[in-house]
Amino acid sequence: MAKVIEGLFYSESHEYVRIEGEYGYVGITDFAQGQLGNVVYVDMPEVDDEVTAGEEFGAVESVKAASDLISPVSGTVVEINEALEDEPELINKDAFANWIMKVKLSDPGETSALLDAAGYEAIC
Amino acid sequence: MSFRYFPHTDEDLKEMLRVVGVDSLDALYAEVPEELKLQRELDIPAAKSEVEVMAAAEALARRNKPLVCFAGAGAYDHFTPSVIPYLASRSEFSTSYTPYQAEISQGTLQYIFEYQSMMAELTGMDISNASMYDGSTATAEAMMMCVASAKKRRRVLISETVAPNVRQVVATYARFHGVELDTIAASEGVTDKNDLDAKLAAGDVAGVICQQPNCYGLIEDFSGFADACHNEKALFVLNTKAQALGVLKTPGEWGADIACGDAQTLGIPLCFGGPYIGYLCTKNALVRKMPGRLVGATTDADGRRCFVLTMQAREQHIRREKATSNICTAQGVMCLYVAAYLSLMGPEGLRKVCEHAYSGAHVLEEKLLATGKFEKVFARDYFNEFCLRYKGSVDALLAACAEQGYLAGVKAGDSDDLLLVAVTEKRTEEEMNRLCEIIKSL
Amino acid sequence: MNKTYYGKLIFEVSRKGRVGYSLPAKVGSHTLGEIDANLRRSSDLSLPEADEQTVVRHYTNMSNNNFGVDTGFYPLGSCTMKYNPKVNEAVAALPGFTALHPAQPVSTVQGALELYYDVQRTLSEIAGLSEFTLNPFAGAHGELTGLMVIRAYHQQRGDTARTKIIVPDSAHGTNPASAAVCGLQIVEVKSTADGTVDVEDLKPLLGPDIAGMMMTNPNTLGIFERKIPEIARLVHECGGLMYYDGANLNPMLGVCRPGDMGFDVMHINLHKTFSTPHGGGGPGSGPVGVRSGLESFLPQPRVVKSTDGTFELLADENSLGRISSFFGNYAIVLRAYAYLLTLGCEYFPLAGKLSVLNANYIKERLKPYFKLPIDGLCKHEFVFDGLRDEYAGGHDEPDHVTTLDVAKRLLDYGFHAPTIYFPLLFHEAMMIEPTETESKETLNSFIDVLIRIAEEAKADRSLLKTAPHDTPVRRLDDVKAVKDAKFIYKNL
Repeated sequence: MAKVIEGLFYSESHEYVRIEGEYGYVGITDFAQGQLGNVVYVDMPEVDDEVTAGEEFGAVESVKAASDLISPVSGTVVEINEALEDEPELINKDAFANWIMKVKLSDPGETSALLDAAGYEAIC
Repeated sequence: MSFRYFPHTDEDLKEMLRVVGVDSLDALYAEVPEELKLQRELDIPAAKSEVEVMAAAEALARRNKPLVCFAGAGAYDHFTPSVIPYLASRSEFSTSYTPYQAEISQGTLQYIFEYQSMMAELTGMDISNASMYDGSTATAEAMMMCVASAKKRRRVLISETVAPNVRQVVATYARFHGVELDTIAASEGVTDKNDLDAKLAAGDVAGVICQQPNCYGLIEDFSGFADACHNEKALFVLNTKAQALGVLKTPGEWGADIACGDAQTLGIPLCFGGPYIGYLCTKNALVRKMPGRLVGATTDADGRRCFVLTMQAREQHIRREKATSNICTAQGVMCLYVAAYLSLMGPEGLRKVCEHAYSGAHVLEEKLLATGKFEKVFARDYFNEFCLRYKGSVDALLAACAEQGYLAGVKAGDSDDLLLVAVTEKRTEEEMNRLCEIIKSL
Repeated sequence: MNKTYYGKLIFEVSRKGRVGYSLPAKVGSHTLGEIDANLRRSSDLSLPEADEQTVVRHYTNMSNNNFGVDTGFYPLGSCTMKYNPKVNEAVAALPGFTALHPAQPVSTVQGALELYYDVQRTLSEIAGLSEFTLNPFAGAHGELTGLMVIRAYHQQRGDTARTKIIVPDSAHGTNPASAAVCGLQIVEVKSTADGTVDVEDLKPLLGPDIAGMMMTNPNTLGIFERKIPEIARLVHECGGLMYYDGANLNPMLGVCRPGDMGFDVMHINLHKTFSTPHGGGGPGSGPVGVRSGLESFLPQPRVVKSTDGTFELLADENSLGRISSFFGNYAIVLRAYAYLLTLGCEYFPLAGKLSVLNANYIKERLKPYFKLPIDGLCKHEFVFDGLRDEYAGGHDEPDHVTTLDVAKRLLDYGFHAPTIYFPLLFHEAMMIEPTETESKETLNSFIDVLIRIAEEAKADRSLLKTAPHDTPVRRLDDVKAVKDAKFIYKNL
């Protein structure tokens, strides 16, 4: 069974955001990594890029699949998880610990449109 | 109904139809609406025996007139060692398909890996893909790579000295792909660096495409081109005739980001224009933007080194409309032509072929000028193809030489007085003298 | 096939000082040193050095680790791996064609142009269309060219809002990819439970922004789209054109023509339907045909017959432009010419029907063992959705047998695997296309082996999980091939 963590917000396209103050840490869910299989590459945005909720910000690639990353929130990228450049498989090891980008939120209210843990668990 | 490509006997048919649960072959199409069915025989000739097929093909072949070839313009009459078609016709190679099942396709995968290694070496780039269709479509794919890498910038500059048929193909792709294609002017037969700088400065440029040797055969000096491109965050694409890379400065040395072109010059016969093979090489950083198949090394369950199609997440069968390209079947076994050719030639053989072609071309140019019918157009040095101004109609010249069994060259561009002449190691001094006699007599 | 792995690269049999070439006398005494040093390569050129026999043995040994149609049964779905006749090769090797330069004056290549024209005419009759170009290099290139025709047609009429193309969710991946290269946005239409296009889902998608619709018929599940007349009518009524992906043309030969089904533009894969060899992934050929009224949009050069019976090259001002340096993969056209003459009007319909019989025969005999999502008559191919649970184990069992396992085990028994994990409609798709050139004995042994594999799945799953066992190499690490990517010899 795929792991789902309380307190995070989830999108139907299987990204999560963990809110810490005015920042959000965005990654893919445990369910998503399980579906993809061995992650071999993460195409990440650049620091200072603007991201918009519902729009693509990168892609995650396994041997036999590739999936676009859809941002659950809007804002400015302030940090990317550089560890994933050399070890993309960290996402398979722990998708929730290994977020992909850190965003300074432009509209913290957007999370109300996302699913909570129970809501997400229901769709996967 | 016995026919040599269909093994079914009447007994087989009866038994198989029974298993399927229908009473005739036509009943297999029961769900196809009657009004869609062709209610007549196809209006094409009746089946022919092998004797008759060969006779028909030979009759058409006889209606062609092979000419002693001094033409180039993208297709060159180099020698193909007999080893190559012999090996390439091995049916283990020719009757296989894309090596999806790597465990029983190491032959294909290995020659493609060798091809990739050799093309990367020739171009001075990090990596090569497993072929494109031809030099023109490889250049068009390079253009699309530029705009894909640049994300929002949609302008690409192409030098006026890129071969006309390559420019036309790139323009077709640009028109439909939504790329704004702009031409860099030529000055004295080569790309005008000032015009390049001005057009780069206008902004929004994703890539710049030049050709070496260029459409007049001239060897261009691309000093400063890569820096100028990179200062504007544009990629520099260099289309080079593959054989010339045995001697000319490599795209890697010029600082190019993408090297592309046609590798027909590496052992592939003329064959009325195809199949040839396009190549596309680039830097490691651009691997995920690269079109086409890629073969990589890995290990099997027993730890042995072997080869496999890799980086497939870029490709159409996985990424569909987000793929780097739609290309799927490319030129497969033509990679073997190139790998076997370069294996036979080695570095020294390739240099010598280049030298023969270079020397022969320079001898022929002197001889043609000596006929008094031509004048020189460009001062700059060329490789094995050169452009002269003819004091008359080039079309008439080509027709008259063809009558005598000679292909004197091709018309350069739209002007009816520029003749583009190419020489390969196959052309003898006697043939050159005969060509000059024919021209003198006109 | 030799099951002992050869595995060497030409670089590893190279010895400095060996040569494999010979050259005639050089004309003149010019040397490469005359070229300006700044224009010459300064990096050394590390290519193999080998004598002729070493090269021949190397590639011969390598070929022995390869499986082709001449080696054995190759039921790769959607690829039509039929027998590649040898007379085709003899025609393609005639010096009267191979020695021709593509820029020769047309008066000296009348035979080559006539052959191009004859093939073009014959394909037009088989397809029920007006004219073909043979310039596209492969199927995907044909798709792109055909979509360009569609866009050029709309643009010429000033109908510039048509920027979307409808593609079924079961389509070949090249369809959406070609549309994207052509600058079109993709609109996906869903399939119904029987695997055909959902007409009710299609209707609301149609409008003034639709350039056309891409389909293959039979579709990628091998099912004939019975509602094609209605679909074509709906798309035409909204102003769009119908594109036929010819990858699945084989079963329709001489029975039912794309033009008669209502398609306006199509491509044909000569390397599938018309028996030219697949060459390890090319060179192929993807001729594009159009219905009457669209001919002028075809790419340049166009080969036409003039009133005096000679053949000429035409550059029409409507033409979408050039899509190839010359005439495409001409030597592949030569092979298809031989095949067209060989089959003639008598044997084309039979080729199609026998391909359908062979596919249905395998399907009927194997359906007790494999999940068949869509029952009923298929055409030239069909799709299983993996082994039945009583053999494979349930999906919740961690070691259940997958389609990949079955495919790999097939290799041990001397068969090429079907196309797997396509179409994407099913999780364990296995697409089988036998073609008409396979005998009942071959089909029976393939069927027997798959039944045996089903039994093995029940008895000893690890045997399948670790397959293949009896091939030149064993299962490969494709994660390593991406993460520790090495594309050239120098980096090994």
